[in-house]
Amino acid sequence: MATIAPLSEAVAHVVRDGDTVAFEGFTHLIPFAAGHEVIRQGRRDLTLVRMTPDVLYDQLIGAGCARKLVFSWGGNPGVGSLHRFRDAVQNGWPRPLELEEHSHAGMANRYVAAASGLPFAVLRGYTGTDLPAQTANIASVTCPFTGEVLTAVAALELDAAVVHAQRADRHGNVQLWGITGVQKEAVLAATRSLVTVEEVVDELEPRPGAVVLPSWVVDYVAEAPGGAHPSYAHDYSVRDNDFYVAWDEISRDRDRFAQWLEGVA
Amino acid sequence: MNYSSDEMMTVAAARALRDGAVCFVGIGLPSTAANLARRTHAENLVLVYESGTIGAKPDRLPLSIGDGVLADTAVSVVGVPEIFNYWLQPGRIDVGFLGAAQLDRFGNINTTVIGGDYRHPGVRLPGAGGAPEIAASCREVVVVVRQTKRAFVERVDFVTSFGFGSGPGEREELGLRGAGPQLVITDLGVLRPDPDTRELVLTALHPGVDVATVRERTGWDLRVADDLGVGEPPTDRELTVLRELTR
Repeated sequence: MATIAPLSEAVAHVVRDGDTVAFEGFTHLIPFAAGHEVIRQGRRDLTLVRMTPDVLYDQLIGAGCARKLVFSWGGNPGVGSLHRFRDAVQNGWPRPLELEEHSHAGMANRYVAAASGLPFAVLRGYTGTDLPAQTANIASVTCPFTGEVLTAVAALELDAAVVHAQRADRHGNVQLWGITGVQKEAVLAATRSLVTVEEVVDELEPRPGAVVLPSWVVDYVAEAPGGAHPSYAHDYSVRDNDFYVAWDEISRDRDRFAQWLEGVA
Repeated sequence: MNYSSDEMMTVAAARALRDGAVCFVGIGLPSTAANLARRTHAENLVLVYESGTIGAKPDRLPLSIGDGVLADTAVSVVGVPEIFNYWLQPGRIDVGFLGAAQLDRFGNINTTVIGGDYRHPGVRLPGAGGAPEIAASCREVVVVVRQTKRAFVERVDFVTSFGFGSGPGEREELGLRGAGPQLVITDLGVLRPDPDTRELVLTALHPGVDVATVRERTGWDLRVADDLGVGEPPTDRELTVLRELTR
């Protein structure tokens, strides 16, 4: 059963130095508040995992929290490149960043395999591309029934998963809706999990199409209203597109980024 | 009405989408073109975004593939594993709409790294996203990209998404089920793969563009179709709708 705790305490329990950790969210419900708490707590040597590392991962990478990034698309959605990510890859600043690179279909299936308790997943993917030559966790597998050769990807097992949701009840059952990405799979693929929520309510009203994470698969719930900003929480807030545009300028320059970072700490 | 070459490109891309088609849409130019098509000649175009929104009908252009307006207006919202495994992979999508940082003679796309080697790239780009499987599994692929010598290269530095490899028969040998890039729309004109060699050939110019300009902005010795056409300029209606969308 999930423990409801203040954000700083929950983050301290769930995210540890050296962890393989995913802060998931597919442009929606991105756990910015929890990520910023990780920066404040000075976590190091993290292997950051996410399909779409965007501004939050640019911030974690620029702050020196990450050793490695496992991902499928690293950009500022609708705006352009991630400059802290680029600086780390091209110049090793503030520290070198090892990459493990996939396609979205590959990453999604890796989460599904881990959530399913399987060692790998099968898909039609990566065929003809240069990605398998650079990435150890992509292989081929022959179908035992038809003999067809398909792509296999290794399960993406996580030490920790952190996601944001609209709400939880006082028992720690979590409910999220709108674009729900791979959050359920990430939580089920992780040894430890934290869900930050817009609000904790007495009772969860059923909603069509909502994803529910029962309390017994979640370790910590922390209330963090507005905790997805500048991304959004459907029916609670709208995406702050202006911040994503502004980030392009903030992140281009190391000093300007350092100023921004002081505001987080 | 006067128009820019980018507007011509977007309009040409929109026109390539037939009414009723199911289209897997990336953000940026493809999304603009698909939404223009839906508001002009292709009212029943089905827009599928990789964020899991099926049949989205946004009333304004989304800045990202996960904007709330896509979920609010979709017929269904599914998780990301489902959108790739159930909807894209089996070949249910008619048209995949892709952009490119580099595109080569055989329609291969690079959005990963340019220059240097993979571990020490000259420029690190965002990476693959959904593109490798979109390029493999959609019935056909339309590429929308501004034509420059830097983008149109003899051979991409990195194959992020497979077009025709280095020529005929390769897609079939690899077991790729979609037909691959059938149309490349640029700010100068339209290229299509030669049915025999699979090499991209200039098949139409946008109005006011000449072949020499297109050749200058192509990094290989570009072949020109015998029956080279000239496209229609954007209509006033197309331009009005496009400008309402992008303002």
